Amino acid sequence: MRENWLWSWITTVDHKRIGILYLIGGGFFFAVAGLEALLIRIQLMFPDNSFIVGDTFNQLFTMHGTTMLFLVALPILFGFMNFVVPLQIGARDVAFPFLNNLGFWLYISGGLLLNLSWLFGGAPDAGWTNYATLALNDYSPGPGVNYYVLGLQIAGLGTLMSAINFITTIVNMRAPGMSYLRLPMFTWTTFVTSALIMFAFPPLTAGLFMMMFDRIFGANFFTTTGGGNVTVWQHIFWIFGHPEVYILILPAFGVFSDVISTFSRKRLFGYHSMVFAVVLIGFLGFMVWLHHMFTVGLGPVANSIFAISTMAIAVPTGIKIFNWLFTMWGGRIRFTTAMLYAAGFIVSFVMGGVTGVMLGVVPADLQFHDTYFVVAHFHYVIIGGTVFGIMTGFYYWWPKMFGTVLNEKLGKWNFWLFFFGFHLTFFPQHFLGLNGMPRRVYTFEANKGLETGNLVSTIGTFLMTIALLILLYNVAKSIRKGEPASGDPWDGRSLEWAVSSPPPAYNFAQTPRVRGLDAWWLEKVQGDGKLKPAEPLGPIHMPSPSYLPFIMAVGFFISGFGFVFHSWQVGALGLVVVFVTMYIRSFEEDHGFHIQPDELKPQGVES
Amino acid sequence: MKRRSPAWWLLTIPGLLAGCVSRNNMSALDPQGPVGKTQLNLIYLSTAIMAFVVIVVAVIYIYVVTRYRERPGDEKKGIPEQISGSKKLEILWTVIPVILLVILAVPTITTTFRLEERPDPAETIRVNVTGYQYWWAFKYPDLRVTTANEVHIPTGKKVEFNMTSQDVVHAFWVPSLGGKLDLNPGRNTRLVLQADRPGVYEGKCTELCGASHALMNFRVIAHRPADFDRWVASRQKPDSTAKTAEAREGKRLVGQNCIGCHAVRGAGFQVEGTTAPELTGFSQRTRVAGIMENNRKNVTDWLKNPQGLKPGNRMPAFDHLSEKQLRAIVKYLEDLK
Ligand code: HEM
Ligand SMILES: [Cu+2]
Repeated sequence: MRENWLWSWITTVDHKRIGILYLIGGGFFFAVAGLEALLIRIQLMFPDNSFIVGDTFNQLFTMHGTTMLFLVALPILFGFMNFVVPLQIGARDVAFPFLNNLGFWLYISGGLLLNLSWLFGGAPDAGWTNYATLALNDYSPGPGVNYYVLGLQIAGLGTLMSAINFITTIVNMRAPGMSYLRLPMFTWTTFVTSALIMFAFPPLTAGLFMMMFDRIFGANFFTTTGGGNVTVWQHIFWIFGHPEVYILILPAFGVFSDVISTFSRKRLFGYHSMVFAVVLIGFLGFMVWLHHMFTVGLGPVANSIFAISTMAIAVPTGIKIFNWLFTMWGGRIRFTTAMLYAAGFIVSFVMGGVTGVMLGVVPADLQFHDTYFVVAHFHYVIIGGTVFGIMTGFYYWWPKMFGTVLNEKLGKWNFWLFFFGFHLTFFPQHFLGLNGMPRRVYTFEANKGLETGNLVSTIGTFLMTIALLILLYNVAKSIRKGEPASGDPWDGRSLEWAVSSPPPAYNFAQTPRVRGLDAWWLEKVQGDGKLKPAEPLGPIHMPSPSYLPFIMAVGFFISGFGFVFHSWQVGALGLVVVFVTMYIRSFEEDHGFHIQPDELKPQGVES
Repeated sequence: MKRRSPAWWLLTIPGLLAGCVSRNNMSALDPQGPVGKTQLNLIYLSTAIMAFVVIVVAVIYIYVVTRYRERPGDEKKGIPEQISGSKKLEILWTVIPVILLVILAVPTITTTFRLEERPDPAETIRVNVTGYQYWWAFKYPDLRVTTANEVHIPTGKKVEFNMTSQDVVHAFWVPSLGGKLDLNPGRNTRLVLQADRPGVYEGKCTELCGASHALMNFRVIAHRPADFDRWVASRQKPDSTAKTAEAREGKRLVGQNCIGCHAVRGAGFQVEGTTAPELTGFSQRTRVAGIMENNRKNVTDWLKNPQGLKPGNRMPAFDHLSEKQLRAIVKYLEDLK
């Protein structure tokens, strides 16, 4: 294949490069969805404002929510997982490098399809929950919701593939000695998250298929007048939707665990109970979906059962919070920007967590539900948890990924502005909700006590925007003339810090032997500061890059676009492209290539 | 003065700062009926327990980050001791939350069941509520009264709202009276509320229902029982005659233009539309389309440009009518008592 810079990135099967691609993709969509949030908040800055009203406003919050959840939070986390997990377990790559590349391009394909709705035919406007009947043809005519259904279908396929890949990698490719109870927490949370994806995404796929059949082929799954049932969509959606929020938060928990122990210079307190808590949270995540439906009128028995299971999640979550606090206890805490974000997370997330328990109190939830109280709650957990986790990971792993350190001074500005902006934005929203402001409204009346809260909230949004611009500047600066980073700039504990920054394509010249938890730290304090090899130096097998995933994703994109506009020809054409590439792939004989030991010598690797 | 729980202060003070709670007739923090009060008590209880948790975490947190932050010279002390955990502590912070949650769960469950109990039919006023994009139809099956966007109830009596939707999912919420419930197409739900004091309480649709979801407002108007009975009597015999020549012209125009969708009972029109709010007794309504003061200017504006005021609603604009014709229609509407 042509050795061209762009092409080499498109066809790459290197998990580290794919990780970086996920960060770029997620960053791009973050900008889009952030802009949407800013517009929403500008409209709500003053009562009876008429900047963006009616359907356009509905499109804005639908796209904001959908983009943030599907195209920003999870993909950025995937970026870290891709880059870090193989390194943390001492592997040379993920289990299925080809599939990894395919997963990424499907994500981009679905994401672009979804966002093209702004340009062609109108964006979806039924909320990220896309409730029937509002989302059906009678009430959402036009292609908007088709984009939602098909875009998520394609991106969701990519997500499922990545999850399978991570599970296989973690089960099969751990270095000798890396038992399950020596896995770094980030790897553990990746593992559990991937399992959650395996169980949560198929219901979404099924639901989206039914919705697609109702909208495009005239089926009656959810059409009440045709014998369908709207509550069925709500169940299916939340059976996916609730685990989805744990899918978003668990990896962040992993990041915090690694970062807090690194910067406290201490072993993670209660490692075993942390693992247990993660698994338990993952399990309970599937048992609580009905707490999104307390107002549907399903009766006191159903509501009570789900109230209890919801409250139960607070217990493992509490275990984690105290374990983090006691990891810091007795340590020597360095407040780098990454650590600041981790510390900021603890307070922010606890506040989001307690309002979560309050939402589980059914009679109280009847007041909270679908108001700004809920908007406040879920942003406290998603931003205070996931986004803070992403920021933490970003500052922490940036040197490993790019070989330079981000400027700490700018980092602190970024943190403090973001932290205060965040609380300023979302804290008043609890009271807006209690004082009668429903969510998803484009206007509120004057003289009802809602002005101040809304104004403050919008001002906070501006602060967050400034903070993110500072981050962008920091990144640009660091790429142009950043301070070079060593392999182990933070005095790290897990294996990714044992290799150079950025790591070589093959990660470890020799697969390391792992002798305990915090494998790299152990070598530093008990050994000679070098990893013990588990194998002699020999030829390293590497997979070949492939252009097929990209073409396949283009095929899906064309097909999706066709079906959005009910054009069977275009839809079929896209699927033909997909099947042809699958066919080619099935008969391709490419066993990759080897890097020979003497090629490694000049890079300072000794046998 | 009444003794207030700490949770009350915690929730109410910032609420007061953020605007005001007591003068606002759409606040869950200032309930005007037993359901809202019960719910608020649970909100207080859960806030108190959760505030306790937050405080415990905050105290440990502040201690840890100040006490153990690295200071210059700390490097010499070597690395901190690597502790793997503590069974006792870990059990402690598993058991304490469990206890706190049980304290919260018991009243949660009992209240959940209590609020869904069916009230004694002899003691309740029944109202059938139907949600439409973006308006509300209220029918009193026992009293043979129909209204739209404003529902009148007696104080001190349980009101049973039987709800359904004609199109998409909506939700019925009157924050000062109690929590919300969905209106589902093809299904019925039941919500029982009660107002203790006469007053006007704002209601809102809280389930996203389309372009004008934000404007799907209604009002609950609570009267003393005697006043309520008078209101019912007046609604049972609506006065729909046109009082002046201009109003008579208006009535003719209403018959031509409006009656296919709206109903005006007692006026002798042949048809009575059901796809739009009743106009019977329109002059008694406090608001136009649930969103504006009911006055001449607003009614005229609405007739000329309903889409501009409430995007996506199903009423066509009557901007082809002359100013004179519009004035006549408004005059007739003013006569509807
Ligand atoms: C940059 C900071 C952000 C601001 C200022 C912001 C603001 C808002 C606002 C004002 C709404 C509409 C509330 C309503 O329903 O009326 C909203 C909805 C939402 N936001 Fe954010 N948001 C931000 C970041 C995020 C992030 C990072 C995520 C997730 C990763 C997120 C997820 C959501 C979701 C799921 C919805 C609900 C959308 C729907 O109702 O369909 N937001 N946000
Ligand atoms: Cu509605």
